[in-house]
Amino acid sequence: MADSPPAVVTHNPELQHHFTTLEQQTEAAVMGMWVFLITEIMFFGGMFAGYMIYRFMYYQAWLEGSQHMDFWYGSINTVVLLCSSLTMALAVRSTQLGLRRSSVVLLLITILFGLAFLGIKGVEYYGHIVDEHQFPGPSFRFAGAYTAQVEMFFSFYFAMTGFHALHMVIGVGLVSFVAYHAWKGRYHAHYYTPVENVGLYWHFVDIVWIYLYPLFYLISHIHK
Amino acid sequence: MATTAVALSERENYLNKEYGITSWLFTTDHKRIALLYLITITFFFFIGGFFALLIRLELLTPEGDLLLADTYNKMFTMHGQVMVFFFLIPAVPAVLGNFLIPIMIGAKDLAFPRVNLLSWYLLAIGGCLMIYTILSGGVDTGWTFYTPLSTHFLDTHVITAALAIFVAGFSSILTGLNFIVTIHRMRAPGMTWSRLPLFVWANYATSIIQVLGTPVLAISLMLVALERIFNLGIFNPQLGGDPLLFQHLFWFYSHPAVYIMILPGMGVVSEIVTCFSRKRIFGYKFMALAVIAIAVLGFLVWAHHMFVAGISLYAAMVFSLLSYFVAVPSAIKVFNWTATMFKGSISYSTPMLYAFGFIGLFTMGGLTGLFVAALGIDVHVTDTYFVIAHFHYIMVGGMVMAYLGGMHFWWPKISGRMYPEFWGRLAAMIIFIGFNLTFFPQFVLGWLGMPRRYWQYSPEFQVLNVLSTAGATILAVGYLLPMLYFLWSMRYGKAAPENPWNGAGLEWKISSPPVTDNFDETPLVTWEAYNYDELPQEVPVGR
Ligand SMILES: [Cu+2]
Repeated sequence: MADSPPAVVTHNPELQHHFTTLEQQTEAAVMGMWVFLITEIMFFGGMFAGYMIYRFMYYQAWLEGSQHMDFWYGSINTVVLLCSSLTMALAVRSTQLGLRRSSVVLLLITILFGLAFLGIKGVEYYGHIVDEHQFPGPSFRFAGAYTAQVEMFFSFYFAMTGFHALHMVIGVGLVSFVAYHAWKGRYHAHYYTPVENVGLYWHFVDIVWIYLYPLFYLISHIHK
Repeated sequence: MATTAVALSERENYLNKEYGITSWLFTTDHKRIALLYLITITFFFFIGGFFALLIRLELLTPEGDLLLADTYNKMFTMHGQVMVFFFLIPAVPAVLGNFLIPIMIGAKDLAFPRVNLLSWYLLAIGGCLMIYTILSGGVDTGWTFYTPLSTHFLDTHVITAALAIFVAGFSSILTGLNFIVTIHRMRAPGMTWSRLPLFVWANYATSIIQVLGTPVLAISLMLVALERIFNLGIFNPQLGGDPLLFQHLFWFYSHPAVYIMILPGMGVVSEIVTCFSRKRIFGYKFMALAVIAIAVLGFLVWAHHMFVAGISLYAAMVFSLLSYFVAVPSAIKVFNWTATMFKGSISYSTPMLYAFGFIGLFTMGGLTGLFVAALGIDVHVTDTYFVIAHFHYIMVGGMVMAYLGGMHFWWPKISGRMYPEFWGRLAAMIIFIGFNLTFFPQFVLGWLGMPRRYWQYSPEFQVLNVLSTAGATILAVGYLLPMLYFLWSMRYGKAAPENPWNGAGLEWKISSPPVTDNFDETPLVTWEAYNYDELPQEVPVGR
C-alpha cells in the first residue's frame, strides 16, 4: 500500500500530521469515544450495583421511597430526552450529508431539549429538597416507616440522578461547542467526527436515563 | 559505533528541537510528555520514600518515641497513597510506555497527543491536591479509605485526598484509553498483533484494567466524599448502609490495580531478558496471552482482601480458588523468562541485573500471594507484616526493579547518553541487598504475629525491625544513586549509539535520542519480534 496514491486524501487540512489517512484518524477518534463510554458505564455501574444491593436488602423502604417520586416529571423528562436523541441523530446525519444549516438548527434544538430536561429536573429537585425535606442529612424529614432506609433510597436518588444531570450539563456544553463549529462551517461530508462523537456521548447519557427512569419512577407503580 | 563521533548538539532531535519552558508545558510530543511524567513521579517517589523512612525510623525501637500515634497513622497512609497513585501506577506506563509505545509500533505519536498532555496535567493537578493535603495536616484513613472510618470518624483532610486520587485516576484512565486506541489503530504496515513487542502487549493489558477498573475507584471515592459533605448514607450503618459495599467497590479496582503495577514491569523484563540472552522469547504467544489472562482474571478475585471482613464462606471459597488461577499465567511468565535464558549467551549488564532481581523477587512475592489466598492461612496473617512484605515484594521488588531496569535499558534512547555501567551495576546490587534486608524480616515478623499499622510493638520483635530499618537505609542509598548518575550522564555521559545493546525492536533502529517524528518515513515491518538469531551475538556494553 506504499506506492498507491492516497496522497490526495492526506492533504486534507483536518488531517493531523501523526495520522497517515483521514480514515485512520476518524477510526481512532470514534474508537476513543467508545472506550471512553465504556469507562462511563463502569463509573455509573458502581452506583447501579449499590442500588440493586440495597433494593434487595431494604425492599419495603425502596417501595416506600418510590411512592415519593413524581411520575409525571420523570415521564416528561424521558420524552424530552428521547426527542433530543432523535434531533441529535438527525444532526449527525445532516452533517454527514453536508447540510450545514439544518445540522446547526438540529443541534440547537438538541441543546434546548437538554436545557428543558435540566429545568424540569431542577423544579423536581426543588420540590424534593425545599418542600419535602427529602435531601439526606440533618434536614431529612420523613413521616412513614423505615425512615433511615428511605433516607438511603434518597441518597441513591440524588447521587445517581445528580451525576446524570452533571453529564447532561457537560453534554449541553459539548453540543454547543460542535454547534458553534458547525455554524462556522468546519464540518462537511468528509469530516464530521466531532459531531459524531458528541452524538455518541449524548446518546449514552440518554441511555443512562433510560435505566434510571424505570428504577426510580416506574417500579413502584407496578407494585401499587 | 560510528554515530558516537557525531557531537550530540549537531543532530536535531526531540530534546534540542525547541527550548524554553513553554515548549515543554504545551508539548504534544509523547517523548517530552514522558519526561514530564518522569520528573513528576520521581518527585513523588522521594516524597513517598521520605514517609517510608520516617515509618522505619519510628519502628527502630518498640516504644512510640519518634512520632505521635496519630502522626504515624498519617505517615503510612500518605506513604501508601503517594506511592500507589502518584508513583507506581503511572511509573512504567506513563513514562516508558508513553515514550516507547508509539516508537515500538512504528507511529509518530499516540493517537491523541493533546489528551496525552491533558493526562499529565491531571496527574499534576491531582499531585498538587495531594501536596496540599500533606501540607495542611495530612490524612490518616489508611490508603484504602475504609468506611465508616473515613466517612464518619475522622476530621483529617479526607476529601482533598480523595479528590487528589480521583483526579489522578482520570489521568490513568485517559492514558489507558490513548494506549488502547493507539495500539489498535496506529501500527505501522506489517506490525501485526503477533509481531508486537511484549512490552506493548503488557501495556495493552494494563490499559484494559485502567479503563475498566479506575472509574469504579472514582465513583467509590466520590461517594465517600459525598457522604462526608452531604451526609449521604450509602456506607453508613446508622442508615442501614453497608461499609462492606465500599470494600467491594474499592477492591474491585484496587486488586486489578496491583496488576496495573506489575504487568508493565513484566513487559519491561520480557524486553530485557531476550536482549541480554540473545534469544527470541520462549513461547511468545503464551507470554502475550498470559498478560491478557492476568488482566481478565484480576477482575474476579477482589474479595480475597475481605476474607476476615465477614463475607460468606462460600463466596470466600470461590474467591480463594479464583485467586489461585492467577498463579497459572504468572507462572507461565516466570517459566518462559527462565526458558529464554536457558542456553542463551547471557551478559550481566545493569538492565539484566534488574531483570534477574525482578524474576526472583516477583516469584517470592507471587508464591507468598498463594499463602494469603488460602483461607486458613489468611486468617492468621491478615493485617500483619506478612501481607506488607508480600505486596512490597511484588510492588517494590517487582515493579520498581522493572522500572529501574527499563530506565537503564532505554536511557541511551531517552537521553542520548550512556549511564556509567559500573555505578549502574553497583546500584542494582545495593538495591537488591537493601530490598531483601528491608522486607524479608517482615515476612518473619508477620508470621510471628506483628500487626501492621501500629507505631509500638512488643520488644521481642525489635531485632527483626532493626534489620528492616537498616535495609531501608541501604535501599535509600541504592535509589539515590541512579538519580545522581542519570543526571550526571546527561552532561558527562558518553554519547549513545543508535543501538547500544544490539536490540531487535523498532526503537533501536532510530537515532538516539529520536527525532520529534520518531521515524523519517513510516517503517514497513517484515520481520518477526525478537529476531535475535539474525542479530550479532554480543552486546556492546557501554562503559
Ligand atoms: Cu488482591
